[in-house]
This record gives sequence, C-alpha cells and structure tokens, in this order.
Amino acid sequence: MVRLPYTTALTTLFSYGLLFVFGQLRDFFRKLLGWIRKPKDQLKGYAPICLGLEDFYVRRLYLRIQDCFGRPIASAPDSWFDVVERCSNDNNKTLHRTEKTSRCLNLGSYNYLGFAAADEYCTPRVIQSLKEYSASTCSTRVEGGTTKLHVELEELVARFVGKEAAILFGMGYVTNSALIPCIIGKGGLIISDSLNHNSIVNGARGSGATVRVFQHNTPSHLEEVLREQIAEGQPRTHRPWKKIIVIVEGIYSMEGELCKLPEIIAVCKKYKAYTYLDEAHSIGAVGKSGRGVCELLGVDPADVDIMMGTFTKSFGSCGGYIAASKEIIQYLKFSCPAHLYATSMSPPAVQQVISAIKVILGEDGSSRGAQKLARIRENSNFFRSELQKMGFEVLGDNDSPVMPIMLYNPAKIPAFSRECLQQNVAVVTVAFPATPLLLARARICISASHTREDLIKALEVISKVGDLIGVKYFPAEPPKHLNQGHNKLE
Amino acid sequence: MASGIMDVIANALNLITSAFDAPTGAIIFGVPIDGHLMFEALLVMVIVFQLTKKSHKPPKKPLTEKEIDELCDEWVPEPLTSDSTEETMIEPPTLESAAGPHVIVDGKDVVNFASANYLGLVGNKNVIDSCVGSLEKYGVGSCGPRTFYGTMDVHLDCEARIAKFIGMPDCALYSYGFCTIFSVIPAFSKKGDIIVADEGVHWAVQNGLDLSRSTVFYFKHNDMKSLEAIFEKITSRIKEPEKVRRYIVVEAIYQNSGQIAPLNEIVRLKEKHKFRIILDESHSFGVLGNSGRGLAEYCGVPNEKIDIITAGMGNALATDGGLCTGSVGVVNHQRLMSSAYLFTASLPPYLASAAIGALEYLEANPSVLTKLRANIAFLLKELSDVSGLATVSHPLSPIIFLKLKKSTGSNKTDMHLLDSITNQVLKEHSVLIVTTKRSSLDKCPLPLGLRLFVSASHSESDLVKAAASLKKVAAVAFS
Repeated sequence: MVRLPYTTALTTLFSYGLLFVFGQLRDFFRKLLGWIRKPKDQLKGYAPICLGLEDFYVRRLYLRIQDCFGRPIASAPDSWFDVVERCSNDNNKTLHRTEKTSRCLNLGSYNYLGFAAADEYCTPRVIQSLKEYSASTCSTRVEGGTTKLHVELEELVARFVGKEAAILFGMGYVTNSALIPCIIGKGGLIISDSLNHNSIVNGARGSGATVRVFQHNTPSHLEEVLREQIAEGQPRTHRPWKKIIVIVEGIYSMEGELCKLPEIIAVCKKYKAYTYLDEAHSIGAVGKSGRGVCELLGVDPADVDIMMGTFTKSFGSCGGYIAASKEIIQYLKFSCPAHLYATSMSPPAVQQVISAIKVILGEDGSSRGAQKLARIRENSNFFRSELQKMGFEVLGDNDSPVMPIMLYNPAKIPAFSRECLQQNVAVVTVAFPATPLLLARARICISASHTREDLIKALEVISKVGDLIGVKYFPAEPPKHLNQGHNKLE
Repeated sequence: MASGIMDVIANALNLITSAFDAPTGAIIFGVPIDGHLMFEALLVMVIVFQLTKKSHKPPKKPLTEKEIDELCDEWVPEPLTSDSTEETMIEPPTLESAAGPHVIVDGKDVVNFASANYLGLVGNKNVIDSCVGSLEKYGVGSCGPRTFYGTMDVHLDCEARIAKFIGMPDCALYSYGFCTIFSVIPAFSKKGDIIVADEGVHWAVQNGLDLSRSTVFYFKHNDMKSLEAIFEKITSRIKEPEKVRRYIVVEAIYQNSGQIAPLNEIVRLKEKHKFRIILDESHSFGVLGNSGRGLAEYCGVPNEKIDIITAGMGNALATDGGLCTGSVGVVNHQRLMSSAYLFTASLPPYLASAAIGALEYLEANPSVLTKLRANIAFLLKELSDVSGLATVSHPLSPIIFLKLKKSTGSNKTDMHLLDSITNQVLKEHSVLIVTTKRSSLDKCPLPLGLRLFVSASHSESDLVKAAASLKKVAAVAFS
C-alpha cells in the first residue's frame, strides 16, 4: 500500500492547484478571443463535442507533457528498441515525426517472456501459417472463420490453464466487455475490486446488473459486502439476488500486486458466489511453469469458475481467452456476441500463441521455456530489491514483473520521463485518470529478455535521475552491489 | 325580591366586567408587563417544549449476525449459465486452408460464400509478402497500448494512408473491428445527449448506445419518413440546443438486411435539425463508389458533411482492426477519450502492413470493383426464383440476403429451418453459405435469413453452382 507523507501530499496539491489556476486563466482568454472572432458558420447551432470543463484536464494539463506519451517506435518491442524522435513547433500542442531514432532500453512494453521480437521457434511457424491461411479469415467464428488452428489452440489453452474447455476471442478488451453481459443480467450482482481494469468496468456497466465495489484486495471487506448484500437483496424490491459474481484480477497492472486469491476464493465459496479471475498480466509470467496466479498461490483451478486471460503480454500475440467448464463454454459459443459477430482471431496470431505455449511447456524439445520463466523471476526480484535499497518507493509483491515507482508531484512525471529518455532508457509514466490524482507513478515492466547488464544500466540511470528530481522518498541503504556492477561495466 | 336578585346579578356582572377591564399584569423588575403577554409567553413555552420532544419512532432493529447467517445459508443462486439446448450442439465447419473463394472443409473442396472477402485479397501474394517482412521486423504482437510504446511507425503510416485514401485529414486505428463502434459512440455521446439510430443496427452498435447512457430513439429500418417524424419530435422538445449533443447512427450497408442507407436524404435531414452523423462503413469501405471510398463517394456527398466514419477492416481489406476518421478535432478527441484506443494493446504491426497493401492493391486495380458488382448482379439474377426465399438486399450490396417468404412463427424454428438448408447445401453440394445468427442479447427486430458474401474472385461457375444448389435444396425443403 502507498504511504503518502503529508508534505508530499501538500506539495502535490499545491502543484495541481497552480496548474488549475493557470489553466483557468488561459481558458478565460480563450473565451474572450472566441467572442471577438466569429464562430465558423458550419458549426453554428451544433453543440460542441466537448462542453465547458469536460476536456479541461486534457487541454491544460495533459497537452503540456504530451511528448511523454505515445512515443512511436521503429523496431520490435524487444529489450532494446528504436524510439522515434518527435519535435513540436507550438509548445507540445502538435507533435511531428522526424527521421531520427535513438536506441533505448525498453522498460515499458509488456514483453514478460521475451516473445515480442522474432523468435527462433515461433516465427518460422507463424510465417508458414500466414502463407497457408492468409492474414485474416474475413468471417466470424460461427460462419466461416474457424480454422484447424483455432480448434487446436482452444484445446491447448484449456490444458495449459487446467480447465475443461476454452474459447478464443480476437481481443482482450472485447473478451471482458462482451462476456460479462452474457453471464449476468438484471437482477444479478457484480462485486468487483475497486482497482479493476476499464474493460471489466465497461462489461459490468453494459450487463445491466447492480455493481458494488469492495476495497482493493481486502477479503474481509469482501465478506462484509457479501453478507450485507445477500441479507438486503435487490435494491428497493428486496427480492433475493439471482446470482452474485466476484471479479478480481491476478496482477493489478497499476500496483504490481498479486491478488489474495486463496482468501477470496474461500469467502466466495462460503457465500456461494461465483468467481471470475482476469489473468491478463499474470498468465505465463508467474508460477513455476507459467500457469499464472493459481499455480503461484496454490489454488486449484477448479475452484475458480471462470478464468480469463490475454495473449498480448506474455505470449507476444493478440487476443484473449476464457477457460471454464464445458457447459459454460458451450453456452458462450451459442450466445456470446463477440463469438457470433466479431471477426475471428487472425491465424498467424493463433499460431504464435500455440508455438509460445509449446515453448513454455517444453514441448518444442528444448528447455528455453523453463529458462525464460526462471529468468523473469530472477530479474523481477533483483530489480525490485535494488530499487528498494536505493530508496525508491516501489509497489508490488515479490515475483511480480510489474513495478511502479511512486512520483506523486505532477512536474516529476515529465522530468523523470524526459531525463531517462535522454540517457537512452525508455520508461512509462502514468498519471490521472489511470491512477488517482495524487498518486502519479512510473511503471517498469521487466522482461525475460533483459540481461543482467541491461538491468544494471537501468538501475544506474534511474538512480541518477531519481537523485536529480528527488523521488527517493525512503532512506537508501549503502550501495555495495552497485559498486561491483560499476566495476564490471567499466 | 326581584330587585335584590337583579342587584346580585348586576354586581356579579360588574365584577366580571371590571375583572376584564382591570389592568392586569404585574410589574417585574420595574417594567410593566401586560397579562396577555404572560399568557402568550406560557403558550410559546408549551410550543417549544413540544417541538423539542422527539417524535415517537418505532425502534430500528438491524439484523443480528445470526439472522444474516441464516439468510446467507438459505440463499440459493441460479446456475451461472442456462442449460444447453439442441441449438448449441451445431458445430461450425472447420477450415483447413485459407478462406478464399475455394476452401477445404473435411478434406473436400468447397465453394466459400461465408467470408466477407469482397476484393479477393485473401491469398494475395503482395500482401502476404509485406506481412512476412513485417513479421520478421516487428514480431507478431505490439506488446503495449498506443500511449506506452505500442505505436509503431507502421501504425502511423497506415493511418496516414487510410486518411489520404478516404480524403479526410486524419484517422485513428483501432486494434479490433468489432469494438471500434462501441467505443466511438460513448466517447462522443454522454448522459443527457440524444441519439437517433436505425432499429436494424447490429449488436456492437447497440452495445455502444447502451454504454453511452444517452437517450436513444429508434426509427423504422431504412424508413426516411419515420426518421423525419422522430427528428421533428425531438427538435420541438429540446430547450437548449447549444448544450445537447445530437447524433444519428446508421450503417452504410446493414449486416442484418443488406440494405443501403440513403445518405443524401439523411444528410439533408441532419443539416436541417443540426445532428452529427456517425456512419459505420464496415461492409461498404472498399466496395461502394467508383474507387471504393465508400457510401459518401457513391452518393456524391462531400466528406466534410459526414462527421464520423467508422469501419472494421476485417471485410474488404482482408485484415483485422478498425478505423475511425473525421475532422482533426474528432480524431484527436478519440485518441484521448476512447476506451478501446487507450486501454488495450495496439494493432499487430503485420495487420497494419496488410491494410496498407490492400489499399495499394485497390488503388492500382479499380477494375476489381467492376468485377465485384458484375458478380453480385449475376448471382442476384440467378437467385431470383428460389422457392420459399426472397432476396431483400440492395442490388449493390455484396451481402446477398435471402429471407423466408413465410416465417414459421418464431425465430427459433426459423433458425432450425434455415440451418437445415445450409447444412444440406454444404454436405450434398459443397457450397458454404450461412444463416444470420442472433445472440440472446441482441435486440434487433429484423427477420433472420440466409447470407451469401460475394467476392470479386468468385468465378462464374462458382456463382452458378451456388445458385443451382440452393435452388435444389430449397425446392425440397419448401415442397
């Protein structure tokens, strides 16, 4: 959990207050100029797309630091990549591409097992399937879009995750937002973690069920909410709920924390609620053989009713899956709109996932999978402990490859991002609205393709930049290991 | 005697009147206070006393822990999904080769009318070569959302290319065609805004309308009079037109019926009533118009009049992903407010290369559109006399839609009948055609039917075979 010291909170609030005041001043002048200049005729009578303060944050705060986001790259998102430089003539309002690129260390892409670039086992097979099946089937799964590859991957995913059957979708976001309305509707109750991802929130809203939130990762509060809700029943009519689904994530991408899965499953079983686990970041990245949080925390997959995951992060492809019992999957194949109406997953992407899973399971005949899994665990734990020793405030649990470093003040966000980029380290900084207003952070994603030298260089750069802008909120331990690392590099 | 009584009465009366007239009151602390004031003070004290007393409420008895335990034990949830019925057992055909005009199913060569491969780009060598180059350079996935190093130069090139092709200033690329429309609508229309939509729009549009939380009015499918009536009703009701955003959502070619929206009429109405138009061109992009630019080119409407165009690229362009174009303001707004653009990984780079390759092919070979139109016209003519089924799609729509001349009464039995026809056509004649599927969540009221997706790469013998087999099977089914 984040411990926000009072002085930092005050300075952060003051900074935002100052930005707000300046923004309002500029808005005032904009309005004045707007009265003086006549509005365009063709837009007369139309309500503007953004009224009043709806896009205030975007116009006055986000645009100032726009160059820290959306940086284009010109190569594969591997451990080192080419970041395209951009320039602006009008103070960051519009950015233009240049021809120059700089080679940077990649600490921002979701490349946990290193499958992002061309891989010696996967890529030839992917190219083969591209030549055989072409880039797209141009059809939905239930019409003419199911190929042998899709059937093979569904069986493989079910076997990998440990459930009876699985169903594929072309995109992870759609998996959540088109699936939740299918399994619950009006008269049902969804209890979701307060920090769940936007796709789950959208799916819950679109389903028509009542939504309640429980405190992040707190099984005792979940139990309270469950007891209260079952006793009260539906709002106003007090009829009993038709069903209750509890939605949690395996690894929360903005906190790097693992979900307290065994306790939550115990609570849900006691109160007969169904569980839905979103393993977007954890499948393939944690667990001894890469099978996700269930393996890591010792939970039997049969205890979780529906397991969802995506192929974007650990498998270097695109798409999502749902794994559950045979009856649920049969039902979904018949009624889920994303299965009936959406174009089926692109066949080369399917082949990439099949090959990646085979490498992870060791079925390609080599031990590369086990090596990758061991490397990402080592890398994550090493990096996290070093950062903590340097005095940074790092969130997240051990073994999780996602580590956010707290920044808090709005000015430190572009400072951290730009300084690191100058020293050829590409990091990701996140601010409002993806995180609460006062808790801006930089998020590091470690990959199995990072070598020890890469990590040491990253630590050096981050330490220097951290000193420069003052984000080492905790006292540092004397740097013994780093001196050895320095000598090794020199 | 009488005078004595009179005297007593008079004395009594005198006493009473004098009592009334007597100056009452006391002198308290040297200040004279009248008697009635003391009486009023007493009344005020009584009122204050009553007000300060709490009204009697029956005591609140919250549930005890034991009672909550009992309720929790008694509660029985419904099963997560309803029992599977006969319909769920139908398996779709598994393809064993690329989804071109001919495909291999179960080892047999089958003529494929189930893929929306309108320009015949599935299997095109140039496109495949550019994809291979992309795969070797970038790998398969992009491993990040657009804001966090998921933007590749291929994406930017693709957006610029599409914008140039359509003739709009900019374009936003989405990673999946299906979610483009249901993310664009809530980005522009919020609670309190008004949307008018056709009742035959497909599920993704319906979901977008639900998520936007705006007030939605539906008009009869492709009926301009119904649309005009609704516009009039709305415009008369709005009090502050400058504060309420208004949108009309239509599809260029409707997936559920094969009809084409009359864009000229719609644009005229929307300009009169100050609405913005969101046009979904998934099945018309690369198909309608002399150079394939879509419905606006076909109807001769200039691009500035269409506010927002969305399209899925999984049809004519034979790749995956979605696009959304409009003015610069529209596209920039999406890059910051559209959930499926911000919170999800970007399009795999090889699919963006495929899109660029597809556009280059279309610009170099506009004759493919003439071939497609000829194929559609030929097949429509051949299918004009199928027993029990009638073609209802527009003559230019590459989706040929056949609906039942007489419905059996319910959607379920209609679907049974149509499925049995398509199964027979596949098994006995090796032609793959499909029925429209309806999810239980879909609110579309249009009837079910059979669909044939015509491609420019179908040969005449393919079309003849399809028509002949369908006629034979339908003759048996409806005899």
